[in-house]
Amino acid sequence: MRTPLYEKHLELGAKMVDFAGWEMPVMYEGIREEHSAVRTHAGMFDVSHMGEVEVEGPGALDFLQRVLSNDVAKVGLGGAQYSCLCDEDGGVLDDLFLYRLGGDRYLIVTNSANHGSDLEWLGRWSHGFDVAVRDVADRYAMLAVQGPHARRIVVGALGIELPARMHAAAARIGGRPAIVCGTGYTGEDGVELLLDPEVAPPIWAELLDAGVVPCGLGARDTLRLEACFHLHGQDLTPERNPIEAGLGWCCAEETGFVGSDVVAAAHRGGTAERLAPFRIEGEGIPRQGNPVLVGGEEVGVVTSGTFSPSLEAGIGMAYLRADLAEPGAEVEIDVRGKHRAARIASKPLYQRKG
Amino acid sequence: MTLAEPTYPDDLRYHDQHDWTRIEGDVATFGITWYAQDSLGEVVFYDPPEPGAAVDKDQTYAEVESVKAVSDVIAPMSGEIVEVNEALVDAPEKINEDPYGEGWLVKVKLSHPDESEQLLSAAEYRNLLEKT
Repeated sequence: MRTPLYEKHLELGAKMVDFAGWEMPVMYEGIREEHSAVRTHAGMFDVSHMGEVEVEGPGALDFLQRVLSNDVAKVGLGGAQYSCLCDEDGGVLDDLFLYRLGGDRYLIVTNSANHGSDLEWLGRWSHGFDVAVRDVADRYAMLAVQGPHARRIVVGALGIELPARMHAAAARIGGRPAIVCGTGYTGEDGVELLLDPEVAPPIWAELLDAGVVPCGLGARDTLRLEACFHLHGQDLTPERNPIEAGLGWCCAEETGFVGSDVVAAAHRGGTAERLAPFRIEGEGIPRQGNPVLVGGEEVGVVTSGTFSPSLEAGIGMAYLRADLAEPGAEVEIDVRGKHRAARIASKPLYQRKG
Repeated sequence: MTLAEPTYPDDLRYHDQHDWTRIEGDVATFGITWYAQDSLGEVVFYDPPEPGAAVDKDQTYAEVESVKAVSDVIAPMSGEIVEVNEALVDAPEKINEDPYGEGWLVKVKLSHPDESEQLLSAAEYRNLLEKT
């Protein structure tokens, strides 16, 4: 599948890769430059592969309370909230952002690989609620503009007002209805624009002219990992519950969401393993699947690993024995047979300036 | 900073796994081609072999790693490592900037110089790339 910006990526000479069935740009000029543009200036990512689901009706709040881990009642008009979608065993089916667009109208943004199964799951659990669950993925292109100058440039180029962080607002962009969200996946300030697919290419071009640097999935991964944001399919899976993943903060078990019993028990009793960020001390770049060792004994596994352009070091996240998942703990990462010294860190691995 | 255009010097011999060798008497210099560094992206880590180690044609002898992936480097010929490019340990980006010059990886005393006959000329290697 191709996003409405596919031709734009080719024009810029992007390297394209398959991502969950989508032909997406992994980088244009280079991951380091793109990463640095987001940390110091402004970068933009085509994230049109992500899915959108609209939930509307008098029963929308009750339904969303039932399926999402966070307390949806706390989301005011124009509010945004991060949540897990759990199965009955507390396993994480997806992690997603919820935006409240109207009194009983909400928009969920899904991970592309999970969009179909999320829809099926939401449809199944919607029985008995006075609510409509609609796949609206075809209605939106999505553009994330991120970095310390992102807001200023978007305002200047598009002449729109922007919502505060963790808020969303309706807008007109390119003469068409759009939704502007004060969210992102980079650890920097910025916005995510849900656009009419037809106006996505000219808006992309305008932002490019305004000096926003096009960034691919490669930089998206290094940025999100420095910020310790989870990637579903690696750091989050149906085999792990939100507590193990360090996402207890977005779980309101008292709402009785699907899986809340298991999550509450994990919250109370603790879990055998926990996800923790780490930094390599010296050489070596950890990768997904590398074993984590202490005294030669395997105590965990790396779920995400990369080279951090900001820290100039190997970084990652790993599930490991809970007693070792504390900042400062010394471990080794088995990087293809070489044991690399690493230290468990606190979140985030990279703290944004200012 | 990388060489923008594909470059494959005529004075080198090429292995189909995107490695080059410059043969000078019984010593050869090895490196990776423009295509290999471009596919990898910015190299951030070079893990060289030890001097004295044996290398076998078509076998892995080193690793180069970019932000997004690790790649095994394949020896185009057999022999013994006599020198490794230590400068790359601190400046692995030279593999991108100058893959046939400052980005060389190792020097090898060849045990079977006639293996060069099995390698590709620049023209043959360019043809191979056009087909992929």
